[in-house]
Amino acid sequence: MEQPDTSAVREIYWRENRRWMLILGVIWFTVSLGCGVLWVEPLNQIQIGGFKLGFWFAQQGAIYTFIVLIFVYAGVMARLEKRLGLEETEV
Amino acid sequence: MSLTETTYWIVGASFLLYILIAIRSRAGTTQEFYVAGKGIHPVANGMATAADWMSAASFISMAGLIGLSYNGYGGSVFLMGWTGGYVILAMLIAPYLRKYGKFTVPEFIGDRYYSDTARVVAVICLIICSVTYVIGQMKGIGVAFSRFLETDYETGLFSGMVIVFFYAVLGGMKGITYTQIAQFCVLIFAYTVPAIFISLQLTGQPIPQLGLGSTLADGSYLLEKLDRTLLDLGFQEYTTSVRGSTLNMAAFTASLMIGTAGLPHVIIRFFTVPTVRAARTSAGWALVFIAILYTTAPAVAAMARLNIIQTLEPQPGKHLAIEERPTWFKNWEQTGLLGIEDKNADGRIQYSADPEQNELVTLDNDILVLANPEIANLPNWVIALVAAGGLAAALSTAAGLLLAISSAISHDLLKRTLMPDISERQELMASRLAMAAAVLGAGYLGLNPPGFAAGTVALAFGLAAASLFPALFLGIFSKRVSREGAIVGMLAGIGVTLAYVFQHKGLMFIPGTSFLGDLPPNWFFGIEPNAFGVVGAAVNFAVTLTVTRLTPSPPESVQQLVDDIRVPAVSREG
Repeated sequence: MEQPDTSAVREIYWRENRRWMLILGVIWFTVSLGCGVLWVEPLNQIQIGGFKLGFWFAQQGAIYTFIVLIFVYAGVMARLEKRLGLEETEV
Repeated sequence: MSLTETTYWIVGASFLLYILIAIRSRAGTTQEFYVAGKGIHPVANGMATAADWMSAASFISMAGLIGLSYNGYGGSVFLMGWTGGYVILAMLIAPYLRKYGKFTVPEFIGDRYYSDTARVVAVICLIICSVTYVIGQMKGIGVAFSRFLETDYETGLFSGMVIVFFYAVLGGMKGITYTQIAQFCVLIFAYTVPAIFISLQLTGQPIPQLGLGSTLADGSYLLEKLDRTLLDLGFQEYTTSVRGSTLNMAAFTASLMIGTAGLPHVIIRFFTVPTVRAARTSAGWALVFIAILYTTAPAVAAMARLNIIQTLEPQPGKHLAIEERPTWFKNWEQTGLLGIEDKNADGRIQYSADPEQNELVTLDNDILVLANPEIANLPNWVIALVAAGGLAAALSTAAGLLLAISSAISHDLLKRTLMPDISERQELMASRLAMAAAVLGAGYLGLNPPGFAAGTVALAFGLAAASLFPALFLGIFSKRVSREGAIVGMLAGIGVTLAYVFQHKGLMFIPGTSFLGDLPPNWFFGIEPNAFGVVGAAVNFAVTLTVTRLTPSPPESVQQLVDDIRVPAVSREG
């Protein structure tokens, strides 16, 4: 449902944007600085295949998660813009 | 055909491709020169960004840094830091600067902070970050030429300069974008082919990312075997050896992440796509293309390290006789990247963590990638491909940096500050001249590298994190931050970071002028100079916010600008 572009709608857009940034930012921190650095020792006690889990996060897992995070963000923002009628017109 | 001949053919073909692209994509307007006409498809821009991003350091040195210097786990700082920054870039920076819709990063800072001084300070920060970075690329070009094509360093550097000059001066961002796409294809092919072969040989698994977690021919896991072998030789375990301390690892990773999101040559790539939406997806594609190399690199690191150890000690206790060492070993000794010294005069090579006993006295980081195809006995064309890939990585990053530098000079200093009345034609001419000057300047610095050239790439990230990122972030997310706050903040951030680096590494890196000594006990909470950017960024934030409290709010027009860039749709009010 498209809504008229008013400052109230822009307010909603910005609030939703910040909410998603916070959610995805927490995951971003958890998989990299969390699983890859701060909690790497306990996670290394878990072995999956030939990988210690903490080591895997630091050298593989964090990177894969980053990719997913960016595409999720791009997706939710595109949907939000459509819902609020804030899509840009291509120049 | 000899190896050198094959290399000449393959490198020559890749250069011809870059020149053909350059001729087809000349820039006719300033919009084309600065932002490629804003018509680049997000996937294509993702590829160009990946090539822009992955430098000679990523291609040639990173696997070795991880596998040798940082002994495995410690090297994770580069892997997480140089990819995690893209999440920040995609969420916090790129979409809003794309909406802003002009040409350069200092231009945004100048407009948002309603001040020519802010713009000039941003130009200075940009030049400091980009110049430290570009010297490393010029050196990379010279070294790659001299190693693979057996030219001398100067000839190699000069050839690289001619190529960059050609497509960067002619085509600006437009020419650079299309050549970067071609360079990405060359470099990623060159990186993954040897990795797939080495993974197959060691583990029977063609995908290196999975091979890293697979078993070897003897049934033990590759990483377990590497851990045990290194412990036996007196090193720390590969999968758990921390760089410095946990705090240092976290600070290093965070500095590289924040720096990534603040480096102008990366940010301006997102000005070339048609929409805000495209800027976000383009960041995702860029990371996909970067991740292909960045998830392969740790596999190359571990596998090549194990291969070298097993070459030197094929069976436990049975060391390689010096007489019987393979040809690749002798070849790389001649370049000075490998060196042996038979300390106990038994005619065999003992590799050990103990410097007293270690007979592999030189083992350069770069050897892991450069000698990889030879160690795995791959055909000559693969070795030649690695040369073309290393050159593609260095050239593409150098071109991106040079564009960031030259557009800051011709657009921000000249057009926006000193001579606002020049016409578009004159500005286009000025931007070509600035580009030509930047190429020559970078070439000069590559020929006469100042003392600080070694290891400056990581430093460039620290400087970008401490200076430009906070100004950009606060400029978008706060309407209150004032010009005084931003100017003092940028100067404080870059100042404190440079001071910390200088006091440990020497003034302008001249050895002997460091007043605290490069000693870990003197490091601030054990944080090494390369990892200090995050502290510099924190100082910048604190200073900016404090000064802002004491100074008047920005004018109404600036608050409207901020409102406007936050939302993709063109504002219908006012």
